Amino acid sequence: MIKTDALIIGAGPTGLFTAHQLKLIGLDCEIVDNLDKIGGQCIELYPDKPIYDIPAVPECTGEELTNNLINQLKPFDIKFHLSERVDEVKKDGDKWIVKTNKGTSFTTPNVIIAGGVGSFEPRKFSVEGHEKFENKSILYSIKDKNIFKGKTVSIFGGGDSALDWAVELSNNCNVNLIHRRDEFRGAQATVDKVHELTKSKKINLFTKFQLKKINGSNKIESIDIEDDDKKIENLKTDYVLGFFGLIMQLGPIANWGLNIDKKTVEVDTEKFETNQKGIYAVGDICNYPGKLKLILSGFHEGALAARACFKLARPNEKYRFEFTTSSKAIKNRLGVKSD
Amino acid sequence: MAKITYIEHNGTNHTVDVQNGLTVMEGAVQNNIPGIDADCGGSMACATCHVYVKEDWFDKINKKNEGEDDMLDQAYEPKKNSRLSCQIIVSDDLDGLVVDMPEKQT
Repeated sequence: MIKTDALIIGAGPTGLFTAHQLKLIGLDCEIVDNLDKIGGQCIELYPDKPIYDIPAVPECTGEELTNNLINQLKPFDIKFHLSERVDEVKKDGDKWIVKTNKGTSFTTPNVIIAGGVGSFEPRKFSVEGHEKFENKSILYSIKDKNIFKGKTVSIFGGGDSALDWAVELSNNCNVNLIHRRDEFRGAQATVDKVHELTKSKKINLFTKFQLKKINGSNKIESIDIEDDDKKIENLKTDYVLGFFGLIMQLGPIANWGLNIDKKTVEVDTEKFETNQKGIYAVGDICNYPGKLKLILSGFHEGALAARACFKLARPNEKYRFEFTTSSKAIKNRLGVKSD
Repeated sequence: MAKITYIEHNGTNHTVDVQNGLTVMEGAVQNNIPGIDADCGGSMACATCHVYVKEDWFDKINKKNEGEDDMLDQAYEPKKNSRLSCQIIVSDDLDGLVVDMPEKQT
């Protein structure tokens, strides 16, 4: 069981800056995020899109913003638990016990939810009966490519993941690549490679087709795909891979006894505390009168929630407000020289 | 101002007046019409405001934006007449527009 002054759920910009605020005032914290990388929506949804409304930063991309926030955290030692989703938050006296899907558990007086619109999960097929094959012969990510050797694999999608795997697996598998239109959003070089491999019959390409039906009882035997004109093709296949990007699901947060309205968590505007003492919500996931879903609002909310955490983490100490320009204690924590 | 009709997957109709300059997505969200999530808030980054535009309207509304089809690849059950409602700007010309909503957005 890991002991910490505050646990942050979500490693997006708000979570990162909240960690910074906690460390500045002398609290320790750890961060859990379901994605395999730091940055949240900024890195997953718009790494290359410019943002123009970060105070004092006229223009930066989602990736640049993330990198700057990570740099700002450099003076501090913060443990990240990536590719882990918080599944359970339970009260234990005046503490919270937090458990992730990988079995990591924390005990902490403060839980800060900086979860954006929830956790990112792969978008799944919608055809009937897909569930029973999921994680066996229907997959949304690849852990071990060797299982496909010599098999027939049907890959759905038009982005980099779909194209990269089609190219890679065409080395030693029979690959069907199926996409809903004839344009791809993957990198041009990969698109060219796919067309080349299609010409040399290494990839069977089906464009303007979508999955219609899965045939088979215990294991998949074949799939039916349908085009815009309702023409159906039957493809024998061993595996079906779907790469339709990620969607955001509120997920387990809904079960923690919080006041939730339209996928957001109600908080007060003094501490950004929820209806549960010691659980806070900041950034896009919180809701209060006048809430703006702006990154800068998340920074403000995190700064105030961090101060509220101090009271519960250091009940016998008094929090004293200090500026980074003048505080010796803060400069020590930052590892910079005091004047 | 345009009267826009949103039809839920279960057939429930919602007809509302939407101000010029707003998007079809905003028209739904501001009127609490269920069926449009708009998780990303209209930045064309999530495909959860996906609608089907009635065939006779499809060619009349503004063309798809660059990148919109890339997002629609990731939508729930995209079809030929799929659009992201955050990319359809309301004007007087859209008076009478009818959009169908998919069974779900995620």
